[in-house]
Formats: sequence, C-alpha cells, structure tokens
Amino acid sequence: MTDAPASSAIREAVSQRLAKRHRAEKRFRAYGVGAIALAVIFLAILLGSIGFQSLGAFTMNTLTLPVTINERQADPRGDGTEESLRRGNYNAIIQDGLRAQFPSVDDRAELRDLFGLYNGVNSASLMRKVVANPSLVGGTTDFTLPLSDDVDLYLKGITVSERFAGRQGALDVVVSDQTVRLESAEPAFADFLTVMRDELIRRADEAAANASRLESAAGAAATRDEREALLSQSRRQAALSVSLRERAEAQGDVVLGTDTPALFLQAEGGVIQVRSVSRDGRIAVGETLLPLQAEGPITAWTEWAVETPSNARRISDRRMVYARALEDRDMVRSGFNTILFTNADSRAPELAGVLGAMIGSILTMLVTMVLAVPIGVGTAIYLEEFAPKNRLTNFIEVNINNLAAVPSIVFGLLGLAIFINLFGLPRSAPLVGGMVLALMTLPTVIISSRAALRAVPPSIREAALGVGASRTQAVFHHVLPLAMPGILTGSIIGLAQALGETAPLLMIGMVAFIADPPTLGLSGFLEPSTVMPVQIYLWSGAAERAFEMRTAAAIITLLSLMIMFNAAAIYLRRRFERRW
Amino acid sequence: MADDTNTSANGRTVYHANRHAHPVKVAAAGVDVSYGDKQALHGVTLDIPDRAVTAFIGPSGCGKSTFLRCINRMNDTIETARVSGSITIDGEEVNDRGVDPVILRARVGMVFQKPNPFPKSIYDNVAYGPRIHGLSNSRDELDSIVENSLKKAGLWAEVSDRLHTPGTALSGGQQQRLVIARAIAVNPEVILMDEPCSALDPIATAKIEELIDELRENYCLIIVTHSMAQAARVSQMTAFFHLGHLVEYGPTEEIFTNPTDRRTQDYITGRFG
Ligand SMILES: Nc1ncnc2c1ncn2[C@@H]1O[C@H](COP(=O)(O)OP(=O)(O)OP(=O)(O)O)[C@@H](O)[C@H]1O
Ligand SMILES: [Mg+2]
Repeated sequence: MTDAPASSAIREAVSQRLAKRHRAEKRFRAYGVGAIALAVIFLAILLGSIGFQSLGAFTMNTLTLPVTINERQADPRGDGTEESLRRGNYNAIIQDGLRAQFPSVDDRAELRDLFGLYNGVNSASLMRKVVANPSLVGGTTDFTLPLSDDVDLYLKGITVSERFAGRQGALDVVVSDQTVRLESAEPAFADFLTVMRDELIRRADEAAANASRLESAAGAAATRDEREALLSQSRRQAALSVSLRERAEAQGDVVLGTDTPALFLQAEGGVIQVRSVSRDGRIAVGETLLPLQAEGPITAWTEWAVETPSNARRISDRRMVYARALEDRDMVRSGFNTILFTNADSRAPELAGVLGAMIGSILTMLVTMVLAVPIGVGTAIYLEEFAPKNRLTNFIEVNINNLAAVPSIVFGLLGLAIFINLFGLPRSAPLVGGMVLALMTLPTVIISSRAALRAVPPSIREAALGVGASRTQAVFHHVLPLAMPGILTGSIIGLAQALGETAPLLMIGMVAFIADPPTLGLSGFLEPSTVMPVQIYLWSGAAERAFEMRTAAAIITLLSLMIMFNAAAIYLRRRFERRW
Repeated sequence: MADDTNTSANGRTVYHANRHAHPVKVAAAGVDVSYGDKQALHGVTLDIPDRAVTAFIGPSGCGKSTFLRCINRMNDTIETARVSGSITIDGEEVNDRGVDPVILRARVGMVFQKPNPFPKSIYDNVAYGPRIHGLSNSRDELDSIVENSLKKAGLWAEVSDRLHTPGTALSGGQQQRLVIARAIAVNPEVILMDEPCSALDPIATAKIEELIDELRENYCLIIVTHSMAQAARVSQMTAFFHLGHLVEYGPTEEIFTNPTDRRTQDYITGRFG
C-alpha cells in the first residue's frame, strides 16, 4: 500500500511514453502509406501517359482497293509460272487501281499525291497474294493494304485539326478554264472568315508573346553576341506579329495560302478548294480537285475547314481530299493494328512491327536462361554448401559481388572482344546476345540463389545428415527444394533485367535494322536480329510521329511480356511452395 | 577448491564401479575437441553400455552436445571443429579416415534438441532414411518399415490415418516422436538424443520418456538432459560434464545418491548450473 503513489507515477510515466510510442508508430505507418501512394501515383502517370501515347498505334486504317490483275503487268513472260509472276509490276497494278478511283487525276503532281496514299512496299504483299493464287491473273480482286502513316494519322484526327459543317443555300458556280467562282446572295463564307481571323489573331498574339519572352531573355544574356542574336529574333517575332495582325484586319479579298487555314467545299460528289474569299463572305474563288457530278447552282454543300495550315502538316491538301473521298466510298476501314504484331521492323511506320524483335528477345532469353540459371544455381550451391571457407573462395565471393555492380555495357564490350572477335561468332546474333546477357545475369542469379540457400534452416541439413544422407543428398533432397522459390524469384528478376537490357546489345551489333524476323528455331540463334528494348530505342530515335506512337506501343508490349514472365514465375513459385 | 581445479586440470575423472550387465557399445578415450582456438572438450574417456540409457548432464556450455556430436561425427559439418582422441563403436574406430560418416550415421541415429522434421509428409519423413540406404525392395516393405517405426515411436495411433499430411503440421511433442521414428527407421545401433524433451510439456515428456524406456530393450541410447529428474527416471548410467571435462561417471543411482566430486554434488542439488 505504501508504494502505491510510486507505482501510479510509474504507470503515468509509462502511459505517457506509450502515447508517444503509439504516435511514432502511427507516423511511421503514415510514411509507409504515403510512400506507396506516391509510387502508385507515379506508376499510374507513367503507364497512363505511355498507354495514351500508344493508343494511336494499336489501330490502323486500311484501304480495300479493287485491283485488276492484268496479264501484261502481273505475268511479264506470259507463261503463268511462279518465276514470271514474281517479276510482275505489282506497284503499277495498285497505282492503276487507285487511278480508276479518281479518273479526273492525271497531272504528275496530283498523281504523286494520290500514290502517296500507300507505301510501294505493299506491292510485295500483292505479289505474294497472286503467287499463292495464280488464278487471280486476268481478274479483279480486292486488295487490302495499310494507308501510309501520314494519311493514317490524319484519318485518326491526330495530326490535323479540321471541322465539317453542312450548309444549305444557293451557290452559283462559274467555271472558267482553271478556276471556279462561287457566288451567293448571302455571306455564305462568313463563318470561315471568322475562323481565319481568329486563327491569325491567335498566332499574332503568340508571336508577340514570343517576342517579349525573347527580349527579356536577351536582357539576361551572358554575352553580347548572344544578346544580339536574341534581340534580332525578338524583332523578327514582333514584325511577324504585326504582319499577322495586319492580315487579320486587312480589307479586300482574303487569300488562303500555305500558312493559313484551308477551306474545301464538298458538293455533288466533288471537292473544290477555295483559294480566296471576298471580305464580305459572298464570293469564293478556287479550283476543282475532284469534279462535281452535276452542273448548275449548288443548294447543299459541306464546308470543310482545315485549321492546320499546310506548311504545318505533313499531308498535302490533295492527299487529304483523296483520303476523305476513299473514306466516303467506304473503302477505308479502321481496325486493330495486326501489322504491329505480324511484321518485323520497316522504314515505313505503317508496316513496322515488333514481331522480329519479339522473336529476337525470345531466342536471346532462351540462351540467357539456359546458360545463366544452371551455371548460376550450380555455382551458388557449390559456394554455399560445399566450398571450404578459405582465402580463395572469399576472393571469388567478393568478385562475384563486384561483378553484379559492373555496368552492363562493359559486358557488351567483353562480348564483342571475346565472342565475336576471338571466337568469331556472328554479330547481331541472339546466341551472342544471350551469352552476353547471361554473363550479366550470372552474379544476380548466384547472389540471390546463395541468399535463398542460406535462408534454409540448418536444422534441415542436420536432420538429413543425421539419418545418414550424404552432403549431396542433403542438398538436393532437402535444401534445394526449400530454396527453390527463392532461387526462382532471383533468377526471374535477373532474366527480367536481361529482357529489358539495351546497352550491352548495342555493343555486339543487335542494334541493326532488321526487316525480316529471325527464324523461331535453331537456325534463328545465328541470324541477325534485334530485341524488344533495342527496337524501342531504335524507334524512339525516328522522326515520324507514327514511330513515336509505335515506340509507346512497343513499350506496352514489352511491359506485357514482362508481366506475363513474372506471372509465370509467381505461378511456378506457388506450385513449388505447395508441394511442401 | 584448489583440489577441484587440480582435478580438472589433470582431467582426472571419478569413475564409479559399473555394475551393469551389458557389454560396452561406445568407448571414448581421450577425446579432445576444439572450435578454432577454443577447446571445448578435454580428454573425455568413458565406456557406454549397450541396451541401456546413458544420460549426460552438466551446466550449459559444458560440452555435452559437443561430445554427443563426436559419436556420429556431426562435428565434421562444422568448419572450425577439430576432434582428436579415439571413439569406438563395437571396437571400430569412428574417427578413422576410412570410415564413411554416411554409413556411421546410419548406425548412429540422432534426435536433435528442437524437433526438425522435413517439410514433407509424415510418411516421407520416416521413409527417407530407408530410401536413401536402400533398406527396402518394395513399396510394401517400405510401408511396413514406416509403420513399425511409427509404432515404436508411439505415434502410429495418432497419425495412421493421415500419413500423407505434412510432418511439420504435427504438434511439438508429436514432431519429436516423428523425428525419433525417423531415426529408428534406418535401424541404428545407437541413438543419440540431445535434450529431446526441452520443448515439450510434461505429458509429451512422459510419453517420450516411456518411449526411451522401451527403446532401451534394443538400442544403446545416449541422452543429454537438463532435468535431473529425467536423468534419474530414464537412465541407467549418468555422466556429469563441467567446463569441458568429464567429472564423474557411473550408475545413475550412485551419481545421484552418492556423488564423489564436489561439483557433481553442487550441480545435482541445484547449487549451480
Ligand atoms: N559451432 C561452434 N563454434 C564455436 N564454438 C562452439 C560451437 N558449438 C559449441 N561451441 C562451444 O563449445 C562449448 C560447448 O558447447 P556445447 O554446445 O557442447 O554445450 P552444451 O553442454 O551442449 O550446452 P547446452 O546445455 O547449453 O546445450 C561452448 O562453450 C560453446 O560456446
Ligand atoms: Mg547442447
């Protein structure tokens, strides 16, 4: 009873400390949750942006064109043999098919725009189709081919901003040799003039903002030369802003050029491109791109305003018109981009795919797996279970740990010097790539396998030895199966790392442009090929917007591949764990 | 006190007259063990009779386990351990280079302080030894070995209907009996038990003790224990170790009723250790 006050004081002190400890614990948990939330957010942003980027690459627009396979072009020797069929001029056949769609097109420049709708490489696939089925010769058949990347992106609405508006009214059409004059009692083109004016003013404002930004940058410039360069740029922008504003406010006819929005009129199955509009919006002068099917005044038309000026887009006015015309005739289909998964690399973005890189990756990973896993696990078992602990094994152990920290490009140099220059193995081959990556992966596999072996309780070894198992039996019957999940995890992590590795493969030439996928078989190991991450690297350097999207799509594909890989690993691990 | 230290330094051991009827199974002479620079056992010499239970007692760290592990050469697995002196089983030298520890361990089974069943089925735990030694020619034979071993270990009634469930899912006492069954299954001549009941409750302990008493009929049993009562209950011979020396060795009743050395007296009356 006498020590009651003392004990209550202790209790109080303890409860105070306890409150502090609880707070510390809560704080720590909050940090943990915060860190995870942050990681999840960044991951979501990363995946979201890549996924969004790649969207355009997972669909494609194909053109289904009726082509006439005439004997003269397809079968130059006239004997119907495969050899003769292979010599045919299939590009001419496709070109004739397109010309048949647009009989009015005959001028050289116009034809260039028309034939630019597709890539000439597609003639090879028509050739294969005919060779596979020679009875097509002499008849007409539907041939489906991907539209070229510029057209594809345009039709997806990614590169060009435009709007269509249906109009009613009365337009008189006056045709005089090259030009067409459209007249209306109402200000039929007033809307477009507003668009035009808004666009010019927007760009004038932009130029003015640029000018002031450059001027303030000039004020902070370090050297005189730099300041003067910036000032002159600023003056140019200011002048541009003034001239744009003048154009927006100018009286007289509004002239449409390569630096202004473009205006087309779709009516009666034809298309007229407007070159100038009178200030009051009543009269437009232009030229016929596709002939109208009827004469006389137009009562209903579609006003097709393209806000992106032609010098800011890769697709020309006429090619846009041809593409839309084909679309209106229901010959263009948008569907899943199978080419991305059935083709190897190509210079033409619409024909480029990841198949070659995927097969290359599979072959390379096979080599890496076959080399790194058995050697790595074997080394780990020997070092952990059998090797005597002496200077030599210590030295080896330290160096294995060092190897894990060696930059991967060094392994590439080693591969180049030894496998290619010394052993004379072919460059760019999955065999060499796999060997280099195996070297790189070995330390990871060894270290993680050793950790897994060490984690097996020694009592299991003693139990096995105690009933008279030899060391080898103890290891292979008891220790190894228990360490298997850990070994698998380590190996998979190592292999996944190798799957995403680029640098060492650049050194051994797996960065080459390879248009034919390697054979998915024994001979494929020596054929030149590339791998997924290198393909991504190659595409990311390409200028075309379509390649940019394909880069994102390839990243998504690689990530899916890795997720599949890891899922398989987790599944395997579960199976191993369940056996115990 | 000075006299005591002298005895230790000389390694002089008090041996009581052995009135035991059974022949000597394990004989140790001048066994020294050191771990690196540290000597853990100093010239241990004793004869262990067959078909009897010999208990090793002594304070913690005195070298009981170390000596036990010499008998089946488990010390080989410790890098730093150096064993010298002679240990014979039925007159055969254990430490000879020519002796394969694998064969030795089949003759000398061991039960560890903490039950350590393999993370496999009960059946596989018991069948593992016979399998690797090729003791059975057929599935039926193996089945009967497993059954007999489990019966001898007093576990059969409890597990006969779930032989294929994991051995690690048994209770601590059952696991210890499983481990004993595993040791018996290879039909050893000597069974070493390092504190087999240290993790068990009194009921499980009683079962194991009963089992040890039964096994005495056929085996040479050597058991390390920290419980004086247990040593008194189950053993016929008792050896008292202290700081790496075998201090006193003789029939259990004599050690407990009439200890000669002061340290033995102090230890069994609970004055130290
Ligand atoms: N693997 C080892 N490495 C180094 N020293 C060891 C090793 N094992 C035991 N020792 C030392 O040898 C001495 C005897 O140990 P041992 O395990 O034989 O004691 P014990 O009598 O079994 O004790 P306990 O009753 O606590 O189990 C101790 O001083 C211990 O520190
Ligand atoms: Mg011990």
